[in-house]
Amino acid sequence: MEILRYFSLIIASFFIFSLVGIMSGWLDRKITARLQWRVGPPWWQNFADFVKLVGKETVIPYEANQAMFLLSPIIGIIAVTVTGALLLSSIFFNPVKWDLFIFIYLLLIPSVVIFLAGSSSGNVLASVGAGRELRLLLSYELPFIIALLVPVIKSGSVQIYKIADYQITNGVNIGYISGFIAFVVALLAFQGKLGYVPFDVSEAETEIAAGTFIEYSGFPLALLKLMKWILLSVGISFFVIYFMGGFRNPLTGILKYLAVLILIILIKNTNPRLRTDQILKFSWGWLTMFGMLAVLFALLGY
Amino acid sequence: MAIDLKTKALKKSLFVFHLSTGSCNNCDIEILDCLTPRFDVERFGIVLVGSVKHADVLLVTGIGTTKNANRIKLLYQQMPKPGFVVAIGACACTGGIFRDGYTMSGPIDTIIPVDVYIPGCPPKPEAMIAGIVRLLERIK
Repeated sequence: MEILRYFSLIIASFFIFSLVGIMSGWLDRKITARLQWRVGPPWWQNFADFVKLVGKETVIPYEANQAMFLLSPIIGIIAVTVTGALLLSSIFFNPVKWDLFIFIYLLLIPSVVIFLAGSSSGNVLASVGAGRELRLLLSYELPFIIALLVPVIKSGSVQIYKIADYQITNGVNIGYISGFIAFVVALLAFQGKLGYVPFDVSEAETEIAAGTFIEYSGFPLALLKLMKWILLSVGISFFVIYFMGGFRNPLTGILKYLAVLILIILIKNTNPRLRTDQILKFSWGWLTMFGMLAVLFALLGY
Repeated sequence: MAIDLKTKALKKSLFVFHLSTGSCNNCDIEILDCLTPRFDVERFGIVLVGSVKHADVLLVTGIGTTKNANRIKLLYQQMPKPGFVVAIGACACTGGIFRDGYTMSGPIDTIIPVDVYIPGCPPKPEAMIAGIVRLLERIK
């Protein structure tokens, strides 16, 4: 019975987060288009892209490590789906102990998958992208974890549902100075996890021609795109639960989700691409510094 | 039913890859014009991609020089099928004013099969969109 419950939880997580993620991806494209005075694609565009990519031929390069090449998108999908299931279970069902740490580990896997995908495809540009992805991972992970410490210090717990409950009695985390700084730092670090524009060195369409994804086609490419969409929706839901009081009231929950999404899209559209050394300097310098400041404020009780 | 859905999705989301084979860059500029706010082909799902492995349509400009001929073939083979080829500009369609040039190895349809020809020197963005519509009619 228990296994059936977990199984249905994972299936539910997959469908909910992929649907929400595909629609979020569409909103991203639409708002980007509107910001550039274009009309933008219709709402079913990402569904059409996904179905088309599933129906296309898969070309496997001769020099690729075939098993890794085909396996890494599947690992990515499984990782983000389990991340979503963990988020759902920690809110609605039986919470797992230490689930924040599991959550941080699982959020790491998509970046590792992108690295594996790039390095297994036997292309020079893909390996350049893979190296950059690894450097990106090293640089944003430190401020991300430091920023996530702030609600832990405030509520004295490492369980997501306890942090969510704490915000009912004591006000949302983003309302405090420390919570606000931590939210901004974590959001910028998450931008790097998503591979969105200030930190899109590993994909860099105009520079290394889609980088790590360059050799992917057909079904594996569709899975990688789906992985990014699910990661987008899971990450934003996590931010809403962790910093902004969660989805207890569905209407305001959706508004909070949209607010974070639009913030991410605006950051994406108003920034140039940073070089790898600039990213490292920015995230180990400014972001980490502000993260430390937020931790200090949290310890002092602000 | 499944096949039908696939074709429908393909018609609604063409990813195009731009390949310049010894053109004077005028056609290339006009291709980029299609992406600007005035024409905005993204509303029809057409996106310019950086890798030929993601593409459904190969936009070829230029005469197809001797040096490029093999590479055009290679890129056409790498494009996942179903894939289509559109020859853009007078040079790609017929050789244009370079038809007697010593590097001439084209026009494109002597190297790879071409689905749609868009003549013009350079063709207007409207002409390119009309050509893509012609291509969509041919996808079954």
